[in-house]
Amino acid sequence: MDKLIAGVNVSVNEEGYMTDSSQWTKEVAAAIAAEEGIELTDKHYELIEFVRNKVANGETLTIRGIGKSGVVSAKEFYGLFPGAPLKKATKISGVPKPTSCI
Amino acid sequence: MEKEEKVPLKKILLICSKANLEDVYAALVMANGAVMEGIETKIFFTFFGLDAITKKTMNKLHTATTGNPGMRMPGGLPFPTLLGGLPGVEAGVSAMMRKQMEELDIPPVDEFLELITAGGGEIYACKLAMDMFKLTKEDLSDEVEAVITVGELYEMCDGAGTQIVFT
Repeated sequence: MDKLIAGVNVSVNEEGYMTDSSQWTKEVAAAIAAEEGIELTDKHYELIEFVRNKVANGETLTIRGIGKSGVVSAKEFYGLFPGAPLKKATKISGVPKPTSCI
Repeated sequence: MEKEEKVPLKKILLICSKANLEDVYAALVMANGAVMEGIETKIFFTFFGLDAITKKTMNKLHTATTGNPGMRMPGGLPFPTLLGGLPGVEAGVSAMMRKQMEELDIPPVDEFLELITAGGGEIYACKLAMDMFKLTKEDLSDEVEAVITVGELYEMCDGAGTQIVFT
């Protein structure tokens, strides 16, 4: 289905995850983040770039992996995306919901 | 008809009383998963489960190679109990399991505890078991929040949407 985000029609699934990663822009990210109650900072964008690259390379995302990314520590990651960081970060990064258990 | 109201899980307490690699990891994976979902998470380690938060033993946990019907040889054949009892077999099998977990990005116990507390999860040790095994707080991982009694444990389990799970 399509959803109007930041003035653009973006295709998303029923949980609000973007289904076409190429439609992602910084503005779309900021709008999704706002819905989650997060205001994006440079650090967020740095992490989003890391997440998008990881997924583009077909790698599995885990909190441990992000903690070792050199971008943020696991603790900082929880701070940037409070609550459910991996779910929120992927949603804002325009990539599928992670299937990892760890 | 009565209307059913769904109360989402808000808080979970996991109790780990065993030192087997698989029992400890079941508790850690479930705790970490809850933290990842934004659920308030506490783990209470008691009895042999204390091995998982004791600095000396935490990264050397074993899986039982005898009396464990789930044990298989690589390839899927049953693992003979007699073989499991030979010196070094349990250590070897356990090391192999740890290696396989590492390949799946499952961290060693010390790092797993750090990951859980980084997300706001809390680790507790049972006072009675500590006294029994003559352990002090200094023997435990720095990630352990406190040594507490059963009463204090239950006090922390208040509120709707709280579940206690004994692994």
